[in-house]
Amino acid sequence: MDWEIVIGLEIHAQLATKSKIFSGASTQYGAAPNSQASLVDLGYPGVLPVLSGECVRMAVKFGLATNCEIARRSVFARKNYFYPDLPKGYQISQYELPIVHGGKVDVVLEDGSTRTVGLVRAHLEEDAGKSLHEDFAGMSGIDLNRAGTGLLEIVSAPDLRSAAEAGAYMRKVHALVRYLEICDGNMQEGSFRCDANVSVRKRGETKLGTRTELKNLNSFRFVEKAIEIEAERQIELIEGGGKVKQETRLYDPDRNETRPMRSKEEANDYRYFPDPDLLPVSIDEQLIARVRESLPELPDAKRERFMRDYALPAYDAGVLTVERALADYFEAVAKATKAAPKIAANWVMGELTGALNRDGLEVRAARVSAPALASLLDKIAAGTISGKIAKEVFEAVWSGEGSVDEIIEKRGLTQISDSASIDKLVADVIAANPTQVEQFRAGKQQVLGFLVGQIMKASRGKANPQQVNEALRKQLGSV
Amino acid sequence: MHTRTLAQLADDLRARRVSATELAKHYLDRVERLGSKLNAFITVTAEQALAQATVADRRLASGDATGLTGIPIAHKDIFCTAGVKTSCGSRMLDNFVSPYDAGVVERLANAGAVMLGKTNMDEFAMGSSNETSFYGPVRNPWDHALVPGGSSGGSAAAVASRIAVAATATDTGGSIRQPAALSGITGLKPTYGRVSRYGMIAFASSLDQAGVLTQTAEDAALLLEAMAGFDERDSTSLDEPVPRYSQLVHDKWDGVTIGVPESFFDGLESENAAAVRSALAELEKLGAKLKSVELKYIHLSVPAYYVVAPAEASSNLSRFDGVRFGHRAERGAGEDLTAFYMRNRGEGFGAEVKRRILTGTYVLSAGYFDAYYLQAQKARKLISDDFARAFRDVDFVAGPTSPTPAFGIGQKTDDPIAMYLNDVYTIGANLAGLPAISIPCGFVRNLPVGLHLVAPPLAEARLLKVAHHFQRATDWHARVPPSYA
Repeated sequence: MDWEIVIGLEIHAQLATKSKIFSGASTQYGAAPNSQASLVDLGYPGVLPVLSGECVRMAVKFGLATNCEIARRSVFARKNYFYPDLPKGYQISQYELPIVHGGKVDVVLEDGSTRTVGLVRAHLEEDAGKSLHEDFAGMSGIDLNRAGTGLLEIVSAPDLRSAAEAGAYMRKVHALVRYLEICDGNMQEGSFRCDANVSVRKRGETKLGTRTELKNLNSFRFVEKAIEIEAERQIELIEGGGKVKQETRLYDPDRNETRPMRSKEEANDYRYFPDPDLLPVSIDEQLIARVRESLPELPDAKRERFMRDYALPAYDAGVLTVERALADYFEAVAKATKAAPKIAANWVMGELTGALNRDGLEVRAARVSAPALASLLDKIAAGTISGKIAKEVFEAVWSGEGSVDEIIEKRGLTQISDSASIDKLVADVIAANPTQVEQFRAGKQQVLGFLVGQIMKASRGKANPQQVNEALRKQLGSV
Repeated sequence: MHTRTLAQLADDLRARRVSATELAKHYLDRVERLGSKLNAFITVTAEQALAQATVADRRLASGDATGLTGIPIAHKDIFCTAGVKTSCGSRMLDNFVSPYDAGVVERLANAGAVMLGKTNMDEFAMGSSNETSFYGPVRNPWDHALVPGGSSGGSAAAVASRIAVAATATDTGGSIRQPAALSGITGLKPTYGRVSRYGMIAFASSLDQAGVLTQTAEDAALLLEAMAGFDERDSTSLDEPVPRYSQLVHDKWDGVTIGVPESFFDGLESENAAAVRSALAELEKLGAKLKSVELKYIHLSVPAYYVVAPAEASSNLSRFDGVRFGHRAERGAGEDLTAFYMRNRGEGFGAEVKRRILTGTYVLSAGYFDAYYLQAQKARKLISDDFARAFRDVDFVAGPTSPTPAFGIGQKTDDPIAMYLNDVYTIGANLAGLPAISIPCGFVRNLPVGLHLVAPPLAEARLLKVAHHFQRATDWHARVPPSYA
């Protein structure tokens, strides 16, 4: 039978503010447990929340970037439940009136087609703390450093139709929040997390099937794998005559399976009601205008511009604009070098990205700066070094041996292009390989490649390959 | 000395007729001798009071004093006080020493007021008789067999018995005004947001307001002036300038119109009604015009209140789980998290608090929210509109503060509805966020009763002025319970 998978994602993006959404405490990651929990975060008697204007501006920024409606008036509500890492016994969130709603995100799929994914809403809320179940024999530890950190919960419509689409959408939102500088996107640290609502239905059916909610999807890969495995489970269940139960399920990456959460953790009546400690958030045109002015060029616009201004293929433009820092790096190189933009793109996507991945570095921590790469590409364009040598130089600059010029100088890597030296290299190789020369003269053209190789080897890669070719043909012809 | 008002003592201090230290010692002595009979205090901070008095004397000598410098006051134990136990009248917080000062405590300390201690109260301010306190009932200084009213019963008894010059209090449905009436003193609940709620342990956040219990309206003006004002730590506090209440209270009497809803007298005990009527007549004699007004929806205030207040309370009190502070029960072997919570909260909270948490949880639950919480919010809006309409024609709405004078300890504890009806006249002002005052206006069976005046938002200055002029013409407020004279 032909099944359609229907997916909607709820993404939690931790807002990149210095202090928490309702208290002045720091949001710095990795501090000693409970060292960044103020009395407000601890839910002490008598303390009150005060909304951070920075968080509001960030939510508006996201709303504007995704063509959302910005609510002129939105309301914070309390979501009530008991858990030790939720100090107040309720989470301050938004329920009926979120700060932004009704936008869209365009996602380019692997086959190059574009899917528009609807955004139902994005609302502000506070994060909970962390429960640490290991290291405390028979007890649980509570770390409230994260409690009260501002989150933007971004809820998509059930517009996604495959695990790959869900992954692409999540990557796109990830790129977007980083462009907007409202979230650092660090998934290991939990700054960017996702729950997925998954259901299946027979193709052609318009009614949605019963959905399950998948939790604990803290990487792009897990989102895709969890959705795949869950859809398979649901299809098998239905085909076997069973029924999908609406429930929350945890994805276990070690066993690549989903399993229901204990009903105790799930069956909650959250008793939402407007938080009487906070006034409704009102947003005026002025604020919206100011935020709009602060919007950077967004990935879609940048991608189009790269295709137009630098004549890059769609694929290259897409890869380069996923991350703002990478796009900025490419653009700095392309602008500074005499080499063609496509060459710059190849180097940024190839050598640079490879080195960053290998060393686990962010673009801004690249050990070869954009001006250095530009000067390296200039050397190739000017024929000072070959492309192959340039890769060696790149690695040397990366490992801190010096500048492009210093390394070329120190290692004597300048291309040999004076004709006397090349003629001598060619003559030596001809003299040393009489058999191959005979074969060539007998009409075996392929031998030419072997001879060129020998000459390049003798020059330790420095001889100008074009000149070598010409000189070789000339000398073989004249002998 | 203790029969003098705050305003008079402020003059005495400034004129150096008495020192802050002498005053502190005098009142601490009264607290010690008389306070325990009344059970008015949960914590007495004698050492701190004397230290504050020493500083106050220095300020008085150097001319750096305010009208409150050296005045011994008491704080309701709902206000957080740094380094001092802050129990909120509950076993849950019997071991809680606040690491910080409430906004109100901070402002009064900065003004130089001397804190005698923390007063007894209904547990988490839930009660109208001060009988729900973990620390036992407070006794009414007029008759020790009776309640002083609640929830600010300790503060009211302390001021009525003159063991504190004045006291802070809070009012969610009448918790300042009803005990003021039952104890024969002046009680002001300001406009919602006029005084910061920061550091005031929340009962029902949209209704809670800090205010004062004093001998006179003039005293209330002095105290409010120091307490009121915007506090950036409380998002619901009003960013409005604070008038000079202490001066405005003396302003010339201008023509005011007082609205009287006749429905307030339906079923009111005749002696009580007579006392209120004669107070209104007195105001008329002073130049006020009386006018009949109708508050069409005021009968909805008690039911609306007993939905909204418990709803908010059920959520506000969730933080008391025994994890980070407060009462933590012995853990039974193999108990899970739920059992741990149930034990902490089951032991930490008293019956009335549990009743309200249950009610509040119920009215917010899926399937009941619309029928209860939303309906109550609608009723609240109607009541607010009622007052707004009335204030187009009149400056104040007047009536009795409480349906009865003080009642016996234990008399209503088995009948929560009868207890809740104590606040039938006061709750409207909380639901509408309006300032209101109760002032002594007579005696019924030798027990004080109060006149209740409600004003439009931020009209505290006019409210205090009318009360002050009434008190200049009458002496009900100056009567002291015989055993404390």
